[in-house]
Amino acid sequence: MSVAATEVPLAAAGLRQTTARRLSTFLYRRGGLLTLLLLAPPLAWLGVIYLGSLLALLMQSFFGFDDFSGQVVYELTLRSYVELLTNPANLDIILRTVCMAAAVTLGAALIGFPVAYVMARYATGRAKALFYLAVMLPLWSSYLVRVYAWKLILAKEGIVSWAFAEAKLGWLLNGVLALPVIGGPSLSVSYLGMFLVFTYIWLPFMVLPTQAALERVPKGLIEASADLGARPLTTFRTVILPLAFPGLVAGSIFTFSLTLGDYIIPYIIGSSRFFIGQAVYVHQGTAGNIPLAAAFSVVPIVIMAVYLTIARRLGAFDAL
Amino acid sequence: MQPAVRLERVSRHFGAIRAVDEVSLEVRDGEFFAMLGPSGSGKTTCLRLIAGFEEPDRGAIALHGQSVVGVPPYDRNVNTVFQDYALFPHMSVLDNVAYGLMVRGVGRAERQRRADGMLELVALGGLGARRPAELSGGQRQRVALARALINQPEVLLLDEPLGALDLKLRQQMQTELKALQRKVGITFVYVTHDQEEALGMSDRLAVFNHGRIEQIGTPEAIYEHPATAFVAGFVGASNIVDAATAERLTGRARPFSLRPERIRIGAAAAEHGVEGTVVSVQYHGASTRIEVALDGQQVLMVDRPNDLRGEARPEPGSRIRLSWSHAAMQPLDGGALP
Repeated sequence: MSVAATEVPLAAAGLRQTTARRLSTFLYRRGGLLTLLLLAPPLAWLGVIYLGSLLALLMQSFFGFDDFSGQVVYELTLRSYVELLTNPANLDIILRTVCMAAAVTLGAALIGFPVAYVMARYATGRAKALFYLAVMLPLWSSYLVRVYAWKLILAKEGIVSWAFAEAKLGWLLNGVLALPVIGGPSLSVSYLGMFLVFTYIWLPFMVLPTQAALERVPKGLIEASADLGARPLTTFRTVILPLAFPGLVAGSIFTFSLTLGDYIIPYIIGSSRFFIGQAVYVHQGTAGNIPLAAAFSVVPIVIMAVYLTIARRLGAFDAL
Repeated sequence: MQPAVRLERVSRHFGAIRAVDEVSLEVRDGEFFAMLGPSGSGKTTCLRLIAGFEEPDRGAIALHGQSVVGVPPYDRNVNTVFQDYALFPHMSVLDNVAYGLMVRGVGRAERQRRADGMLELVALGGLGARRPAELSGGQRQRVALARALINQPEVLLLDEPLGALDLKLRQQMQTELKALQRKVGITFVYVTHDQEEALGMSDRLAVFNHGRIEQIGTPEAIYEHPATAFVAGFVGASNIVDAATAERLTGRARPFSLRPERIRIGAAAAEHGVEGTVVSVQYHGASTRIEVALDGQQVLMVDRPNDLRGEARPEPGSRIRLSWSHAAMQPLDGGALP
């Protein structure tokens, strides 16, 4: 009697949802099929659309270009690369961009690490939420608005100049602006100004991965280090920093590659000297020299590949 | 001789939780001292107070007579073997072991030599180049031990060091740890919730409950003469007989503890006896546990060894007679046996 009592509701439930039940049983038994179904859309997106267009780009860079007709010549040649690597103006553009990306990465790391450290190790509850908000908030407003805001801040009549003048430090600002290379008529058209804006814009991308990596350093390891006689600074140098290094590298990949590819900040803040992104923009647009533009866009890819290889050699991913 | 560790009325509260409450204890030099208790009883906090990871709200802590209150962990000459080992994942086994020497500025060749020696001591010779992730749980445990011992601490603190190992390995490591302690002659303070481990390894132990120490003594004293009902129940199994039942059984209204293995079945010529109904019979391999309900609320556990006599097991529901000697009863109201 008790057997019948348990069988009836089960059978009823089974009858009610036969199709759904069958489907879930089918997928449950064939885990591989489910994985494939879930992965198909992103694989199609990444594999076909993204990698496909990247390959198309790579192909473009090996086509020729007729200077007179302004037409792309569809035959395989290395002329674009020769042009890219032998023309001193083009080499200048590459060098300038790479130096800026390196400086921005270093600056973001120096400013971002302490913020990430406090977030990960000291802030709790409400304070931590506030930190997250402070780091993320700039990302909620338009990139263009923020860059133009910085242009006003850095302009000759802007608040920075005004503050320096009010503090009787105008000579200091002028002295810095008088420096070769990084200086200029005002901050808003100097490399120094561009560096400040780049660092500001990409800072969250350095803080967040670094903070995540610092948070993953087990508290027990820090205690173990102290237990074995290491003072806080030694613990930081020998335990915390090496374990958080992959996070710093992840952040630097963002700041470095984003700076390499950006063409809006150099356009708004910089002088008329080109960066890689601007070169790509101009060559594919006005000049219509798509092969050279494509060759230019291969440069950041190669640089990032070299960068990641060096990072791996340095053991940046060993602690992952 | 000053005690290796002395805690005097030490308290550590976390908000409303009294993790350690007025604890006083002395660990003698060269002793294997266990701190036993259920989770949340304050034994680990006590260990962390000695290591310096926590500071007491009140009370005094001294190592060999020297007060260490306010001294940070890196300036205390004690080392800890952590429960999860806390090995540095980005360093080789050798660098892990040599870490304490490295931060003290010992030269590379010297610390390599001593770390190699330490690895030999814990039977891990030749594994120095590996990463901790490439070792088994038992091996990691030994690395943690070598890393803590290389500094030749005044006191070695061990926080449930065998908790993550399986039973066989745990038993083997218990023997090895005890032998190692005798060899190096360092004071061990050993935190565990496993009463068998505490009884088998320690020279003396403290039983913790709710942030307080219930009893301190040798394993034998703790097992044979538990001072409180908690100790009687936590260290080994015990029948706690309340005052009312005690009066019916013995004629005196004094609560007492009675170990299951000290009760005999049958009408043996013993000082005390009672009749009851068998409630359950559980086979435990070396012994059989029989639960007998007395007339009233009390149930007595009885352990009968499964030796070669091959007596028939009592059936649940049957009536049997239990007996025990007067000395088997341990009074729980502070006094001695009458």
